Amino acid sequence: MLQGWIQIALTLLIVLIVTPILGGYMARVFFGERTYFDRVLIPVERMIYRLSGVRSQIEMTGWQYIRAVLISNLVMAVFVFTIFMFQGVLPLNPTGLGAPTWDTALHTAISFVTNTNQQHYSGEVTFSYFSQGLALGFLFFTSAATGIAVAIAFIRGLTGRTLGNFYTDLVRSITRILLPISIVGAIALVALGVPETLADPVLVPTLENPTVQQAICPCPLPILKSSKNWAKTVGGFFGINSAHPFENPNGLTNLIQIVAMISIPSALIYTYGIFANNRKQAWLIYGMVFGIYLVFIGVAAIAEYQGNPAVNVLLGSQQPNLEGKEVRFGWSQSVLYAVTTTGTMCGAVNSMHDSFMPLSGAVMLANMFLQIIWGGQGTGTAYLFAYLILAVFVTGLMVGRTPEFLGRKIEKREVVLTSLLILLVHPIFILIPSAITLAFPDQLSGISNPGFHGLSQVIYEYASAAANNGSGFEGMGDATLWWNLSTSISLLAGRYIPITALILLAEGMSRKPVVPVTAGTLRTDTGLFTGVTAGVILIMGALTFFPVLALGRSRKPFKLPEESNL
Amino acid sequence: MSFAREASRAVRSTLVLWVLTAIIYPLAMIAFGQLVFPFQANGSIIQNAQGEAVGSILIGQPFTSDRYFNSRPSTTNYSTANPQEDEAGVLKTGVSGASNLAPSNPALLDRIQGKSDPDPEKAIEGDLPRLQQAGVKPTHDLIYTSGSSLDPHISLAGAAAQIDRIAKARGIQPNQLGGLIRQNTDGRFLGIFGEPGVNVLKLNLALDALNPVP
Repeated sequence: MLQGWIQIALTLLIVLIVTPILGGYMARVFFGERTYFDRVLIPVERMIYRLSGVRSQIEMTGWQYIRAVLISNLVMAVFVFTIFMFQGVLPLNPTGLGAPTWDTALHTAISFVTNTNQQHYSGEVTFSYFSQGLALGFLFFTSAATGIAVAIAFIRGLTGRTLGNFYTDLVRSITRILLPISIVGAIALVALGVPETLADPVLVPTLENPTVQQAICPCPLPILKSSKNWAKTVGGFFGINSAHPFENPNGLTNLIQIVAMISIPSALIYTYGIFANNRKQAWLIYGMVFGIYLVFIGVAAIAEYQGNPAVNVLLGSQQPNLEGKEVRFGWSQSVLYAVTTTGTMCGAVNSMHDSFMPLSGAVMLANMFLQIIWGGQGTGTAYLFAYLILAVFVTGLMVGRTPEFLGRKIEKREVVLTSLLILLVHPIFILIPSAITLAFPDQLSGISNPGFHGLSQVIYEYASAAANNGSGFEGMGDATLWWNLSTSISLLAGRYIPITALILLAEGMSRKPVVPVTAGTLRTDTGLFTGVTAGVILIMGALTFFPVLALGRSRKPFKLPEESNL
Repeated sequence: MSFAREASRAVRSTLVLWVLTAIIYPLAMIAFGQLVFPFQANGSIIQNAQGEAVGSILIGQPFTSDRYFNSRPSTTNYSTANPQEDEAGVLKTGVSGASNLAPSNPALLDRIQGKSDPDPEKAIEGDLPRLQQAGVKPTHDLIYTSGSSLDPHISLAGAAAQIDRIAKARGIQPNQLGGLIRQNTDGRFLGIFGEPGVNVLKLNLALDALNPVP
């Protein structure tokens, strides 16, 4: 047991060390300061700008920035959708797969362009190498880069700067952050045993019974893999993701993947501290998120370690729940991965979330409801500051002072944008489609586990879509027209409505005059204020989602021992 | 700025970034993998003395008999099929999968403890009775299915529990098997990260080398 906790603690220590290094580097990149790879990258970027007709120095207004995000993302989605529909005639299709159904192709394209990477298909039997590598692999990069660009524009606006140029930020995120890390990651993973080939599956006779053959498919993995984690994504060539020994062969690859998932969203908080010239506030916010993250890990770890009471009775002793988990990861690395992947909206899994204990499942859902326990690449950090603005407003009301954030007044427009368009979009696009689906359980839902857990499967699917998370309780039969279309709506709304509001909010803030700090100013870089923010986040999350949790998830831990007697 | 110019910029940047991230980057990485780490890059396939591929050290194989260390139960039977009866096309692409059974799902308990049914088609043998019949003290890894269905490992306790049965079936000394288990255990990274696991395929190959099939 102790060994498991030590692994978790050391992994988190590595994350803490990486944060200021990567955060400082990202600040230099987006300030346009000199960085290590300038000599190579400046000519490359110039060429990219010239070929794409981007004038990199021109600043964009809020609406120009939003239009650039929407149009570029639309073009990417259409491009990828087209590749899917024509994969039958495109090369790199050794198993002769035809076009997927239009709704699966549509859902997949939307899912990956929104950096959600929710899958309603099994990789091996639906999409060819061309579709997986050359279409999805491309979106891994651009969707994460879009998120980072938006976060940087948001931070710029919040700290009183102009928003910058979307295409410049998009290109820089790829050439200076995502590609370098992906290249290092891919090299490390292939050295550690992750295959990298375009060869066909290998057939071997099994040792015990040679008449039975085993198909080993060392398909092109790490190229997707490293961009996958760093660029936050489920994807994965195998339907099963990082539980597959080829994608995640040992303890070191697992460590690399966990650090990869968490490093960019956590470092962005530090980047904010540099932009705002207030590292103390950045570390306080960081500490708050870290604290909630620790509690979540603790709860889930204890639940998994204690195991399934119904099975422990049969075993005659208390043993961890290993259903859907790999021996090489055990309970501790599986829990750490699961809490991190749901928290960072990564969606890669190294164990099957459907088979986790009820309390761990509740933690994962809470991660997706809150969206800020690191959060998605870029967008998570932006949501965090949206919560901060809300906390400023609430505390301002409580003490009767004009709420200000970084010296700028929070007024009606800011509060409307924050609460309505950024934070409320999320529950709306989870709870309403869930209610519709559950109203027609036989026709629509495809629930695979009975009882309370079935309800949770539906909620989880929409929460995962609206939070642009991508993980799922995969037992559910979700490859249907209803699921593909309804989750597509949640995916789009959960991504582009908040992005639009974030940019408008940031632009509005940047135009406001700075009010000088006086004794009457409510300081936002104190422990007290950070504590209030944590309260606002948890209460908002709780109030929005408790009713539905009360119906499903939270009853399960209490019900489980009795159910086993059914 | 006109809409046409914005659209053209979006299309052109999409194509440029596509070439960079979807063509140049992956091809460079595949070339690197094939040149520098050919063994790993091709799936860590191991061969026997005759040079025939016998499996991958990263992928488990099904073992259920008394003569071999048994592997974990698998929902896809470790991506295997009889080539003559492979209607599902398992051998075309290889498969992976998991049970996705919730802890509260009665089907999980049925699978573990078995279920009798007048219809023999519906009866489930159950991993627990199977192990108990064979005189193996059940451990959690031997009754729960893995996340990939291809888990190459069993726990140290799970391997130790099988020693007596295999020693009896093969007529060899139990203490010889303890050494084999230690040699075929993949430890934690730096002794810290991950859990130690006994690589079942490697262990059973070593077992056959020690005590060849008559």
